[in-house]
Amino acid sequence: MSHTISQKIIARASGLKEVEVDQIVTPEPDWVMSHDNAAAISKTFKKIGVEKVWNPEKIVIILDHVVPPSTPEYAQNHLDIRKFVEEQGIKYFHGLNAGICHQVMAERGHDLPGSLILGSDSHTPTAGAFNAFAAGIGRSEVAAIWATGHLWLRVPESFEIIVNGKMPKGVYAKDLALHIIGDIRADGANYMSVEFRGETIKDMTMASRMVLTNLAAEMGAKAGIMDYDEKTEEFLKGRVLRDYTPVKPDEGAEYQKRREYDAGDLVPKIAFPHTVDNVYDIEKAEDIDVDQVFLGTCTNGRLEDLRVAASILKGKKVHPRVRMLVFPASWEVYMDAMKEGILETFIRAGALVMNPGCGPCLGAHEGVLALGERCLSTANRNFKGRMGSKEAEIYLGSPATAAATAIKGRIADPREVL
Amino acid sequence: MGRAWKYGDDVNTDVIYPGRYTYKQLSPEEMAQHALEDLDPDFIKKVKPGDYMVAGKNFGMGSSREQAAACLKYAGIKAIIAKSFARIYYRNAINFGLPAITIDTDKIDDGDEIEVDLEKGVVINHTKNEEYRFPPFPENVIKIIEAGGLIEYVKREIGKN
Ligand code: SF4
Repeated sequence: MSHTISQKIIARASGLKEVEVDQIVTPEPDWVMSHDNAAAISKTFKKIGVEKVWNPEKIVIILDHVVPPSTPEYAQNHLDIRKFVEEQGIKYFHGLNAGICHQVMAERGHDLPGSLILGSDSHTPTAGAFNAFAAGIGRSEVAAIWATGHLWLRVPESFEIIVNGKMPKGVYAKDLALHIIGDIRADGANYMSVEFRGETIKDMTMASRMVLTNLAAEMGAKAGIMDYDEKTEEFLKGRVLRDYTPVKPDEGAEYQKRREYDAGDLVPKIAFPHTVDNVYDIEKAEDIDVDQVFLGTCTNGRLEDLRVAASILKGKKVHPRVRMLVFPASWEVYMDAMKEGILETFIRAGALVMNPGCGPCLGAHEGVLALGERCLSTANRNFKGRMGSKEAEIYLGSPATAAATAIKGRIADPREVL
Repeated sequence: MGRAWKYGDDVNTDVIYPGRYTYKQLSPEEMAQHALEDLDPDFIKKVKPGDYMVAGKNFGMGSSREQAAACLKYAGIKAIIAKSFARIYYRNAINFGLPAITIDTDKIDDGDEIEVDLEKGVVINHTKNEEYRFPPFPENVIKIIEAGGLIEYVKREIGKN
C-alpha cells in the first residue's frame, strides 16, 4: 500500500512495516521534549516509581517560558529541573541562554528529517518543517515516556495543503497561515497530519516554513509536515546530532482531505480577538489603535522576521503611545540580529529589545496587558486572557504588519511603508 | 446499562470544567460538582454512576486542561460517545481511564438507555433496540482504561518487570 510521510515515520518508530489510518501504535520517539513544565513532569515521573529515565540521550529539556524566573515559584521550578537533569544525566538540557524550545530544537540539531518527536507543548508540530513527525502531548504522557520509552498514538489521517503562486510584496508566511486557518477553521485539521507542499512552500526559507508548521497546531492538527529539500539540508548542515533519513510520501498515498491555495492573490491578514480563525483582510483592522506591539515568539521571532520589521522601522520612531517589545526567538537569532545592526535599529526607534524566550506570549511576565488594552502580536494565539487581562484584546499579524503598526499607533498595512 | 446524557456540537472545555476552577486544587468529589456547570447545571444533580455522555462533533474543544476529562469520570460517566473529539481531549480522556468513542450519535436521544462493550466495539441502545459498531480499541488502550489511566497503567506494567 502507498503511505503518507506521517504513516511512514510512525511505522518506522513503532517497529512496524506499515501502519494504516486509525491504527493505534506505541512508537518510541526519537526525541521527547519539554520546557519549564518539566518541573511538574518530574514530579509525576517520581510517582511512577522508576529510578531512572528510559534514555537520557533522547530527552530534551529547554527553559523558555518564564526566563529568567519572575517569582520564587518559577525559580523553584527551574531549580527542580536543573536538579532532575543532573540526577538523571539528561544530555540535552538548554538553559537560560538558548531560546524558545521549538526554535532551539531546530538550531541545536534535534529536528531531524524522518524523526518522530513528541513534546509537552502544543506547538511541537513546528519541527515538521524539517520533515519530522512532531506532535504535542500532555504532561502525564511525557512522564510515561520518560519511564517507559513509549506512548500510544493513533495513526492520523493526512490532509494535503498545496500552495502555488508567488507571494505579493508585503505578504508573508504568517498571512498565508492565517488565511488558511480562517478558511478551514480552528478544527479544520483536527487529528490530522497536514502535509504542506507546492511551489510557494518550495520558495520559502526554513524560517517561513516553520511559521506554517507552527500554526498547524491552530488548525487542530496533530502534526504539520513538509518535504525535505536542499534548503532543509542547507539549514541542518553542521547542526544535526544524529544521522537521518528523509521521508517522502509514496506515489498514490491517500489524503483524506486536500486543499489548494493561490498565494498570488493574498493580502496581509489579521486574526481578530479572540480566536485564531477570526481572520480578515487587514483593511478591516486599519483604524484600530493599539497600546502594545509584540514582535517575537516561536511563530515569528526569527532573524528574517526581525529583519523585515527593522527595515520598516529604520530611521523612524515607534508611536509615543505604543510599547514595542522585541523578543528574538533564540540566542542565535539575538546574536545574528546584533551583528547585523538590527537590534540597534529597534533601540533607536524606541522599541524595547528583550531577552530570548516566550516573553508575554503566555501572559506570565515581561509585558502583559492591562484591562482594555490592545496588542498587535506576531504570536499564534489571541485567546481571551492569554496575555494578561481578560478584558484586553490581541490581534495577530505578520512582523511587517507589527512594524507598520508600531509607527502609526494603529493597525497598519505594511504595503504602505515598504 | 446507563442513561445517555445528550448534548450538541463543539462542547468546549470551559463549559465542561470552568476555567475559574482550573488552578484550584480540588478533590475528585469537588471536581465532579462542577462538571458541566456552565452547560447544564442540572446534570450533576441527576447523573448516576454508569451513565454515558453523548455529544455531536468536536467534543472537548479548547484548552488542554486534564480536569475536563477527570470531572466527568468523577461524576460517574462511564464513557463519552461523540461524532468526533478535539484531539487533546481525546487523549486526556483515555489517559484518565475514560473511553472516548467515536460514532454517529444522531440515533441516540437524550434519556436512551445504552451500554458499551469496549472489547467487541459496540454501543447497544436498549431503548431503540439498535446496535452501533465502532472499531474496537486495541488491547493496550483497553489496558490503560482498565487500569484507571495512563500513569496507573505504567505503574502496573513496571511493577510486573
Ligand atoms: S512562544 Fe508562545 S506559543 Fe511559542 S512556545 Fe512560547 S508560549 Fe508557547
